Amino acid sequence: MTDLITHNDKPVLKVRDLSIAYEQGKYAVKTVTADIESKAITAIMGPSGCGKSTLLRAFNKMHELYPNISTKGTIFLNDTDINNMSTIELRRKIGMVFQRPNPFPTMSIYENVIAGYKLNGIRLKRDERDSIVEKALKDVTLWDEVKDSLFKKGTFLSGGQQQRLCIARAIAFDPEVLLLDEPTSALDPVSTSRIEDLLVDLKESYTILLVTHNMSQAARISDNSMFMYLGELVEYGKTDIMFTNPKDPRTEGYLTGKFG
Amino acid sequence: MTAGSLQYFTDNIGRRNKKNKIFLLLVILLASLTVIPVILIIGKIVIMGISQFNFSFFVQTSPDSLQAMTAIANNETIPGGIANGITGTFLIVLLSSLMAVPAGIMIGIYLYENKNHPYSYFLRNLTEILQGIPSIVLGIISYLWIVKHITNGFSALAGSVALAIMMLPMIIRSTEETMKMIPNEIKEAAFALGAPYHKVIFRVLIPTGFSGLSTGILLSLSRVLGETAPLMMTALGSTVINYNIAKPTSAVPLLIWEFYNDPNMVRLVWSSALFLMIFVLSLNILSGRLSAKQKPERKK
Repeated sequence: MTDLITHNDKPVLKVRDLSIAYEQGKYAVKTVTADIESKAITAIMGPSGCGKSTLLRAFNKMHELYPNISTKGTIFLNDTDINNMSTIELRRKIGMVFQRPNPFPTMSIYENVIAGYKLNGIRLKRDERDSIVEKALKDVTLWDEVKDSLFKKGTFLSGGQQQRLCIARAIAFDPEVLLLDEPTSALDPVSTSRIEDLLVDLKESYTILLVTHNMSQAARISDNSMFMYLGELVEYGKTDIMFTNPKDPRTEGYLTGKFG
Repeated sequence: MTAGSLQYFTDNIGRRNKKNKIFLLLVILLASLTVIPVILIIGKIVIMGISQFNFSFFVQTSPDSLQAMTAIANNETIPGGIANGITGTFLIVLLSSLMAVPAGIMIGIYLYENKNHPYSYFLRNLTEILQGIPSIVLGIISYLWIVKHITNGFSALAGSVALAIMMLPMIIRSTEETMKMIPNEIKEAAFALGAPYHKVIFRVLIPTGFSGLSTGILLSLSRVLGETAPLMMTALGSTVINYNIAKPTSAVPLLIWEFYNDPNMVRLVWSSALFLMIFVLSLNILSGRLSAKQKPERKK
């Protein structure tokens, strides 16, 4: 069905026969197998309810929070089965950004960026902390806007700034993979394009998995694209090839706006 | 809409306006019916109680009947005050908060985390039953548990156990409701950073819901502050300032009851009531402020 599934040169993540069910027998993700290319943006797209967020949340074992969700199949991070890794270690290597900006409301901007260390009880020296915060905020191009108000609450920022703060919070931990669950769907077009530019910059250092229901966003910034429909991975390939020459009629239908 | 019904509307405009006015009048009337008693009560307590309000009222222990009688005969203010009641109330309420607040918050968080677990249903029902138990019954229970078996006599501890049981349901409820108001994304964000469960609770959930939690605690405090019946069977009362939790202790509502029973000290009833009212009222106002703050902060 597609060329990229197991033919990546340098896969950082490998998904093998992954199925996820919210209820017994009702699968939201059906036997997905795919390799994720390192240091590239992979977009997961598809209409609402196709299982794209569910798939994304499997990578850092977010489903563990909800005991009624059952997962079958395996995911490998650098050839290690994530089920054999501790959740804390895994989530340190795979950061996540959510649909709605969610900085911790009680913490300042500074504390939000360093929250990953704080919440894991990792003690840092003051100048170490300062440099981590500065680097993370510079990486998300937020530093110039907030450097004078680092100790104000993160919730006082605008939506786009909050979302960049959340990305900073995720990359402050220096993960290998960054999961983004529709990170711009709650934002205005200007903030959206800033975040898209930012993601293109960030792929130099991180492997990025981006869930989006916005096809043009996937076309603009992603290197590889997955198209999911009703829990199935329908097509997975290089974005430019897939958008110009989709192999599956369902992909073509979605891309040309027949449904979705 | 047909022409006929439109006709109805235009024809009856005068009558409909009149109906509206009558209804508005009725609403204002009923509203004032509830406001008037409140004003009368507060006014009466202030007028009757203010005469005894002076510095010594807050720092001296309650007078005996003879002192009060002499003062009244000489047309002076009654000497002494309610310091033994104030310190006793603080001691008992502090103890009961120490017992009820951590337990209540933990149970509330448990209920929020395990919404549909059978044990949660059981706990929630128990909480409701606990809320419905008359306070005097809790006094009897605490008498049996603490007075008879632990302190071997009336004690502040026994009083605070009774009050702590009263505070529990309110704290559990408000904690659960507060936690429900915290967006799920905040919790998920903390977990996505690899935070362990206890850190998520103590560093994220509780600070985020802090104002809501304090509102619940303050409301439960203001509820038990005025309790008299359970204290009669447990703390009993005392004429001296007592800080020993194993000894009988006074409290402001207990003093009001004692003053009421002594014809010479009736004036002190009003002053003590005034004090209690101001105290509870300020707690309520404070908790109102806090819960207003809890609404999501917006950028100006």
